[in-house]
Amino acid sequence: MSTVFARIPLWRDVRVLRIGAQVLFVLFIVLIANWFYTNLQINLERTGIRFGFDFLWTTAGFGISEGLPFEPTDSYGYAFWVGIVNTLRVIGLGILLATLLGLIAGIARLSSNWLVRQIASVYIETIRNTPLVVQLFFWYTAIFLKLPRVDESIVLPGPIYLSQRGLALPKPYATETFSLWGYGLLVSLLVALAVYVGRRIYLERAQRPGFAGLWAFGVFVLGAFVGWLVLPGAPIAWEMPTLGRFNLEGGWQLSPEFAALLAGLVVYTGAFIAEIVRGGILAVPKGQTEAARALGLRPLQVLRLVVIPQALRVIVPPLTSQYLNLAKNSSLAVAIGYPDLFNVANTIINQSGRAIEMVLLIMISYLTMSLLTSAFMNWYNRRVRLIER
Amino acid sequence: MRLIFRWLRENLFSTWYNTLLTVLVIWFLWVAFSGLFQWAVRDAVWSGGAAACQQARQLAQAEGRSWGACWTVIPENLKLFLAGTYPAGELWRIWVCVYISAAMLGLSAGVWRGLVRDVVVALGAAALVLLVLPFSWTERLWMFGIVLALVVPLGLRWVARSRIPRVRWILGGGWLALPILVVWLIGGGGPLPKVESTQWGGLMLTVLLAVIGIVASFPLGVLLALGRQSTLPIVRWFSILYIEIVRGVPLITVIFMASLMLPLFLPGHLRIDQALRAMIAFTLFTAAYIAENVRGGLQSISRGQIEAAQALGLSHWLTTLFIVLPQALRAVIPANVGQFISLFKDTSLVFVAALLDLFNIGRSILANPQWLGTDREVLLFVAFVYWVFTYAMAHLSRRLETILGVGER
Amino acid sequence: MRKKILAVSLVILLVLPLLSSSQGQPATTLGKVQARGKLICGVNNAVPGFGFVDPQGNYSGFDIDYCKALATAIFNDPNKVEYRPVTAASRFPALQSGEIDVLIRNTTWTIDRDVGLPFNFAPTTFYDGQGFMVRKTSRINTLKDLNGATICVLQGTTTEQNLADMARRLGITIKPLVFSDVNARDKAYDEGRCDAMTADASGLAAARIKLSKPDDHKILPELISKEPLGPVVRHGDDQWFDIVKWTVFCTMEAEELEVSSKNVAQLKTSQDPRIRRLLGLEGDFGKKLGLDNAWCANVIEKVGNYGEIYDRNVKPLGLERIADGKPSPNALWNDGGLIYAPPFR
Repeated sequence: MSTVFARIPLWRDVRVLRIGAQVLFVLFIVLIANWFYTNLQINLERTGIRFGFDFLWTTAGFGISEGLPFEPTDSYGYAFWVGIVNTLRVIGLGILLATLLGLIAGIARLSSNWLVRQIASVYIETIRNTPLVVQLFFWYTAIFLKLPRVDESIVLPGPIYLSQRGLALPKPYATETFSLWGYGLLVSLLVALAVYVGRRIYLERAQRPGFAGLWAFGVFVLGAFVGWLVLPGAPIAWEMPTLGRFNLEGGWQLSPEFAALLAGLVVYTGAFIAEIVRGGILAVPKGQTEAARALGLRPLQVLRLVVIPQALRVIVPPLTSQYLNLAKNSSLAVAIGYPDLFNVANTIINQSGRAIEMVLLIMISYLTMSLLTSAFMNWYNRRVRLIER
Repeated sequence: MRLIFRWLRENLFSTWYNTLLTVLVIWFLWVAFSGLFQWAVRDAVWSGGAAACQQARQLAQAEGRSWGACWTVIPENLKLFLAGTYPAGELWRIWVCVYISAAMLGLSAGVWRGLVRDVVVALGAAALVLLVLPFSWTERLWMFGIVLALVVPLGLRWVARSRIPRVRWILGGGWLALPILVVWLIGGGGPLPKVESTQWGGLMLTVLLAVIGIVASFPLGVLLALGRQSTLPIVRWFSILYIEIVRGVPLITVIFMASLMLPLFLPGHLRIDQALRAMIAFTLFTAAYIAENVRGGLQSISRGQIEAAQALGLSHWLTTLFIVLPQALRAVIPANVGQFISLFKDTSLVFVAALLDLFNIGRSILANPQWLGTDREVLLFVAFVYWVFTYAMAHLSRRLETILGVGER
Repeated sequence: MRKKILAVSLVILLVLPLLSSSQGQPATTLGKVQARGKLICGVNNAVPGFGFVDPQGNYSGFDIDYCKALATAIFNDPNKVEYRPVTAASRFPALQSGEIDVLIRNTTWTIDRDVGLPFNFAPTTFYDGQGFMVRKTSRINTLKDLNGATICVLQGTTTEQNLADMARRLGITIKPLVFSDVNARDKAYDEGRCDAMTADASGLAAARIKLSKPDDHKILPELISKEPLGPVVRHGDDQWFDIVKWTVFCTMEAEELEVSSKNVAQLKTSQDPRIRRLLGLEGDFGKKLGLDNAWCANVIEKVGNYGEIYDRNVKPLGLERIADGKPSPNALWNDGGLIYAPPFR
C-alpha cells in the first residue's frame, strides 16, 4: 500500500521548488545590489566624493523665518529639525481641514440644489486638473499678498491684526496661578469622563441615539469656567502684538506663506477627497436610506447613523492615499517661501554641497511620516471595516 | 422668455437661502474676474512682438496705472513651448510622429468604433479649431495633415471592411511598437541624424516622459502586484517593501536622486543622459502606484473564478495569466488612466534634473530680457495646456468607466 | 517564475562583463572634443542676460557667448556646441564625471571650490556681488537700517549665508524669506511683503525691470559679498585649462586694443605688433595651445570682444559698465575696472 505512489522527484516537489525559487530570487537581488555597490565604491573613490553625516553638527549660518526659535549659529541638524516641525504643522492642520472641505464639497455635489451642485463640480474639475504648483502661486500672489500693507493692517477687536505680513493674534501665556487651574482642569476632566460613561450606559439601556460626548464636554467646560472665576488671578494672560519698525512683533503670528500653502493644499486635496466622498455615499444602496427613513429617523440622523458609517468603509482606503499625497505635496512649499523641511534641506544642500546625504534624510523623513499616517489609517480602517461572514 | 424665467426661478431663486447664495456667487465672480478681464483682455497686447509690450508697459508706468497682459510672448515662443530646443531642421520628425499616432488612432477607430471614434472626432475638431487661429500657412498645412491622418485610415478601413485578417492583432502590435518607433524618430540613429536628448523639450518632452513612464512602469507594476499576492514570503516581503517605500516619498526626491545618484551606481563608461534618468525615476515611481491599482483589481476577482479554473485543471500560472490578469487589468484601466493623468502633471518636476519640459522651458523664456515680466502670461498658458490635456483624459477615463461597467455590479 | 528568474540571472551574469569593457578614447579633453566634433558646455537655462533660450530655440546670453567663443577657438564655428543645462546641485558632479567639457554657469570662484574640489577656475568674466534693493520711501540708506526688516531671498548657493553673516557682523536681526522661485520672490517684494530684496547685482537689476514701478526702488550702494563668475574646468588637463583661460583673455585683450567683430577683417593688415600677435599673424600661440594660429581672430570675428559680448547680453538688464562716470568692476582696467588680460607676447 505504501508504495502505490512513486516518490515525487525533487524537481517537481512543490516544497523544494518554493525554496529554490526564493533562493534564486534572493541571489538575483544580491547580485544586482552587489554590482551597484561595487560601482558606487569605484565611483566614490574616482570622483573623491565624501559621504557621511558629520556635517549636520556644523554651524548652519543662515536664518529661518518662522517656526521654532532658530539662530544662524545653530547647527544644520537643528535647522532640519525646525523644517520638520514646520512641515508637521502644515500636514496636521491640512489633513483636518481638507477632510472637512472634501466632506462638504462631496455632499454638495450630490445636493438637490442646482447652484450648489454646479459650484461643487466646477471647483472639483478645475482644481483637480491643474498642477498644484500653479495653484500655490495663485493663492500666494493673488490672494494673500493682496492683503493691505502692514502699516495699514486691518485691526479686529482683540486686537487681531490682518495684513500681507500675516495674521497676528494675542498669544496666551501661563501666569503663576496656572498650575492651580491645571489641577482644577484635571478634576473636571475626570468628572466629565464619568458623565460620559454613565450617559453611554443610560443611552444603551434606553435604546436610543444621543450625544454622550456633548454632555461630557459641557461638564468639562463648566469646570474650567468655574475654576477660572474662583482663582484670585487669571491663570492665562495675553501677549499683544504691536507694530514695530517694519513688522508686527510679539503675539501669535501666522505667516501668509503658511496660510497660502495651507489653503493650496487644503483646496487641492479637498477636491480629490470630495470625489472619494461622493463615490462612498453613492456606494451605499438607496434601500438603506429608505429603510432608515421608514424607521422614522430624521435626515441628519440618517446621514450620521446609516449612510456615513457604511460609506466610511469605501472612503477610508483611498482617503489614506490622499492624506499621503497631501504630506508629500507639502514639499512644494519651497516655491512660495515657507520654510518646510524640503526648503531648509535645499538651503543646506546649496551651502554644504551634501546633496546625497540630505536627499536621503528628506526621503527618510517623508517615509516616516507616510508610514505613521498609513499605520494610523490602517488601524482606523480595521475599526470601520465590515466584518465579512 | 418665460421658459428662461422659470428655469432661473427653479434653479437659482427657489428659496431665500438659494437667492442669497446666487447673489453672493455673482458678487464673488465679479470681484474675482473684473480685474482679470482688465488685465487679460482690455489692456492686453496681442501683437507686435516684445517691443509693443515694452512700449505699453512704459506708457502705463509713466501714467502710474497697471498694464495689461503681453500675450505675444506665446505665439513668438510657440516653437519653444511645443518642442523646446529641438533643431528646427528636424522638426518634421515630430510631425511624422504625430501623423503616425493620428493614423493609428484613425485606424483603431475604424476597428473598435465606440469611444475611440469619439476621441478621433474630438481630436479632428480640435485640429480644425487650431486652423482658425492666426498661424502661418505652413503651420496650418501641417495641422491640416493631422485631420487627414485621422480621417483617411478611418475611411480606408470603412471601405475595406474586415477584408484584412487579424487586423486587431496587427493594430495591437502596432500600438506596442509605437513608443519605440517614436523614440527612434525623435532621437535619431541609423540613417537619421542623431538629436541628443538634451535638445528635446517643451510639450513634446512632457508627453514623451509621461507616455514612456506609464508604458515602462506597467509590466513592472503588474509583476510587483503579483509579487505582493505571492505565497512565497521573500518575494512578497520584497514587493511590499518596495511599494511602501516608493509610495512614502515625494516624487521630486526620486527624480533628484536619479539625476544625481544614478551615475554613481553605474560603471564609469556606461553613461545615461538626463532624460533617460528622469524616465527611469518616473518608471520606478509609477510602478509602485500601478502595482497598488492592479492589486485592487486582483482582489476584485471572485474566488469562484479561480476555483473554477483549478477545477478545469489549469495550473497556477495559467490561471493567473488567462483568468485572473485579463479581468483584473480590465477592471483597473480607469484607475491607471488616473495614474497617467497625475504622472502627466508631475512631469513638471523634472526641472530639478534640468530638463526643458513645458514648465521649465517657460522659465527659460522668462529669462530672456525681451520677455522680462511676462510671468503670469507664460504660467497661465502652461497651466492651460496642462489643463486641456488632463481634463480631456479625465473625461475619457469617466467614459471608460461607464463603458467597462466598473462600479456597476 | 523560477525559470524566468533563472533566465534573467543568466542573462545578467553574461551581460555584466560586457558592460564593464571599456573602449579606447583620446587622452586629452581637446582630443575628445575634436573627435566628437562639438564642445559640450554645461550652462544655466534660466538666468536673465546670462543663459536663456531665444524664440528660435537657440541658447543665448553672456555665458552662452563664452561657450561659443570656446567652440570658435577650437572649430572656427560658434555653433559646434551642445548645451547641457545643469542645476546648482548637478553642475559639479557633471563636470567631475566628464559629462561636460567645461562649466560656464554663473559659478562663483571660491577657495573651497578651487581647493576642495578637483577644479580649476578660468579668469573671471563677470564680477558680481550681493546687494540690496529697497523702496525709496523706506528710509533705508545703509545696511544698518535693515535692523528688524523682512528680506526676500532666492535660494542660492551662498545668498542666505552671506545675508546671515552680514546680520551677525553688524549685530542686527533680520527675517529672511527664502524662495526657490524667482518670480515668487519678485512678486512678494513688489507687493510689499518684504522690506528689502537681496540678490547678486545682476539679479537685482533684472528684478527691478519687472517691478510695477521700477523708479520707486533703489539699489543700496553697499555690497556684502564678492561673486567673481567664470568658466570652470577639471583638474588634470593643463592644455585644456590654457585654452579656456586664453580664450577669455582673447576677448578682453581685443577690447583693450579696440579690435571688434566689425573691424577685425581690416585689421589683419595692421602693422601694430600687439594686434598682429593677437590675431595670430605673428607668433605661434595658437599652435602652442594645440589650435589654429587664427583662433583668437576667429573668436573676435564670430563672437566679438568682451565689450561686444557685455553690451549684447548684460546691458539690456540695465547694468552699465560705467554708470554716472563711476566704473564698475566690469569696466576695462584702464577705465578703472578689473577687466585685465595679461599681454599677448
